[in-house]
Amino acid sequence: MKLIVGQGSCGIAAGASKAYKILEEEIKNSGANIKLGSTGCIGMCYLEPIVDFIDDDGKKTTFVKVDEEIAKQIVKDIVASKVDSNENVISDEDKEALAKQKRISLRNCGIIDPENIDEYIESGGYKAIERCIKEMTPEEVIEEVKVSGLRGRGGAGFPTWFKFNAARQSPGTEKYLVCNADEGDPGAFMDRSVLEGDPHALIEGMIIAGYAIGASEGIIYVRAEYPLAIKRLNIAMAQAEERGYLNKDLFGEGKFKFSLRIKAGAGAFVCGEETALLESLEGNRGTPRPKPPFPAQKGYWGKPTNINNVETFANVPFILANGGDAFAAVGTEDSKGTKVFALAGKIKKGGLVEVPMGMTIREIIFGIGGGIAEDKGFKAVQMGGPSGGCIPAEFLDIPVDYASITKTGAIMGSGGMVVMDETTCMVDMAKFFLDFTCKESCGKCTPCREGTKRMLEMLEKITEGKGEPGDIEKLEELGKFINSASLCGLGQTASNPVLTTIRYFRDEYEAHINDKKCPAKQCKALLTYTIDPEKCTGCTICARNCPVEAITGTLKEPHKINPDICIKCGKCYEVCRFGAVSVE
Amino acid sequence: MACCGCNDNGNVAVKDVDKLDQILSKYEGVKGSLISILQDVQGLYEYLPIEALNYISEVTGIKLAKIYGVATFYTQFRLDPVGKHVILLCQGTACHVNGSKAIEEAICEELEISEGETTKDGLFTLTNVACLGCCSLSPVMMIDGEVHGKLTPKKTKEILKAIKAEEE
Repeated sequence: MKLIVGQGSCGIAAGASKAYKILEEEIKNSGANIKLGSTGCIGMCYLEPIVDFIDDDGKKTTFVKVDEEIAKQIVKDIVASKVDSNENVISDEDKEALAKQKRISLRNCGIIDPENIDEYIESGGYKAIERCIKEMTPEEVIEEVKVSGLRGRGGAGFPTWFKFNAARQSPGTEKYLVCNADEGDPGAFMDRSVLEGDPHALIEGMIIAGYAIGASEGIIYVRAEYPLAIKRLNIAMAQAEERGYLNKDLFGEGKFKFSLRIKAGAGAFVCGEETALLESLEGNRGTPRPKPPFPAQKGYWGKPTNINNVETFANVPFILANGGDAFAAVGTEDSKGTKVFALAGKIKKGGLVEVPMGMTIREIIFGIGGGIAEDKGFKAVQMGGPSGGCIPAEFLDIPVDYASITKTGAIMGSGGMVVMDETTCMVDMAKFFLDFTCKESCGKCTPCREGTKRMLEMLEKITEGKGEPGDIEKLEELGKFINSASLCGLGQTASNPVLTTIRYFRDEYEAHINDKKCPAKQCKALLTYTIDPEKCTGCTICARNCPVEAITGTLKEPHKINPDICIKCGKCYEVCRFGAVSVE
Repeated sequence: MACCGCNDNGNVAVKDVDKLDQILSKYEGVKGSLISILQDVQGLYEYLPIEALNYISEVTGIKLAKIYGVATFYTQFRLDPVGKHVILLCQGTACHVNGSKAIEEAICEELEISEGETTKDGLFTLTNVACLGCCSLSPVMMIDGEVHGKLTPKKTKEILKAIKAEEE
């Protein structure tokens, strides 16, 4: 019998470590023969902490939202052989949401113990690299990846085999392999889950890629905000070395030896751009380099370098173990395989999902994600982070593949899906992303450095009720200019969030500018608070809570808000028990 | 604005110079390791004292202007001392949509500081960060490495009050 506690960052934040300790104590106290283990994130963040129980027959029961009391109850129920009666067993609905997914890159996340190499090997791990070294030439490995149709999962979706091949064909014997684990998109955590939950999949994928392109050294560039990921990677690398997968002649064939090291990023979104990442690896400010030459020709220290993101590498062992055809059988004609998405924002069941390419946005958000939180109306989904765009309700039924998403003006991106409901102001959203890119612009190209600043100023003006006719057109013009005149991906996509929101929600911009109203009631400067004298009972609670004494009135008489003094903090609206305060 | 200090090169004594030497010798001859050096040095002092940057420049021969350029480029590096407890407030998309602005206001109100500042008693520093990657628990903040999720202004103030109470 075994209990397994999900211990990813989210799980730990939700209390998984506490649950683990209680389980440990209770098992000891009960004297039962129950093993206790850990695993990574299964992706159902809204149910954390999650504990799996596997009985002697191998039957699995999943417990969700395990707090201290539930943890105690679980051990009691196991001892009494009545686990099914536990109230916190996962619901059929949630099980179904999991069954709708197809897990390739997350195949082991939430199942195996990431700190135990044996569990990875038992699940078929390190078989793919053995096949490559013993039976295949590097060219054949690249061919297999080509058959799979795998495209880069970092955002741009470039065919992976092509990048492998370009680095292989570049002259020279000193070549490098880099994993971009600088997952900087706000609202995305796919890579973190693989790093924390299945680090060996990344390591094996990198060894295979190293063999394919002829690089004997690899570097994983991880963001410093992921301490647990770095810790687990270090453990996994030490274990892989011990078993002879790293730093040793692989399988004694005399063909290939690979070394791997971690470099912690220091916090700069632009370093997700591959040439900026290379600058950072060399110890410099992370400013992008002009392309060509591409990294495949001249990369790290001027040597041929292949750069891919975590999810891409994590798919590689599956392809080499099961064949490119098995991967290509999933997905659509133009987008093969699966994609991991991080569902967040105003959604009921936030978390990580891995689905076959081609599933509709509706199926992902409503079928798997359970729909909009508090059953409010769906407004838009933001895909691709600061480089992407907002996709409105009319496109809910388009399939998720590279071409269809690009057509909407958004991009597939690395997999962030932030859901917005009717209370989200789209102008505010555009401002939020512009504020982000403006701060993160490295400053090298003037259109990006100055242009994003000017666009941000215009958006600030609009949300403060100072917008003028013609502002929308100015934003569009400047946006197109920045996109076409910047050197790297950050600048070339910086205005996408603004351009897509103008495209689909122009009426909201117009309401801000012409009517000085925020339809979603988010932009404070455009709100007016009033008290309905019919509903007001004169309880004085609003007047007592107003921080600026803008509310006047006597006991048991209707109160009034002085709009000249009101700072629109919303306190009166929050405290009124009679629904007398309204906001327009 | 504070001067980068390049004129008082070497005049100010560096604290814990032995430990600093250890860090520098670890990376001796390894090209491109400036960021790693700065990360280790910040691990030693909790921030990057200008005297230490001067010292790194002297020993490694890397120009101070370059060191300063790198130190100010990346958000991880701090040139000023921080409080005992560093609050990293997530400003990612999911947190923004779920009300991180109100959380920031609550923290500022409770601690009487603005973003980027340290309280007078040296207990807290508030720093906004791009994303902590705990999006489904949004809004979140991290204090001393521990993630606090599903925050409300009230809950946030309670967490801060509890830390204050422990310190008394």
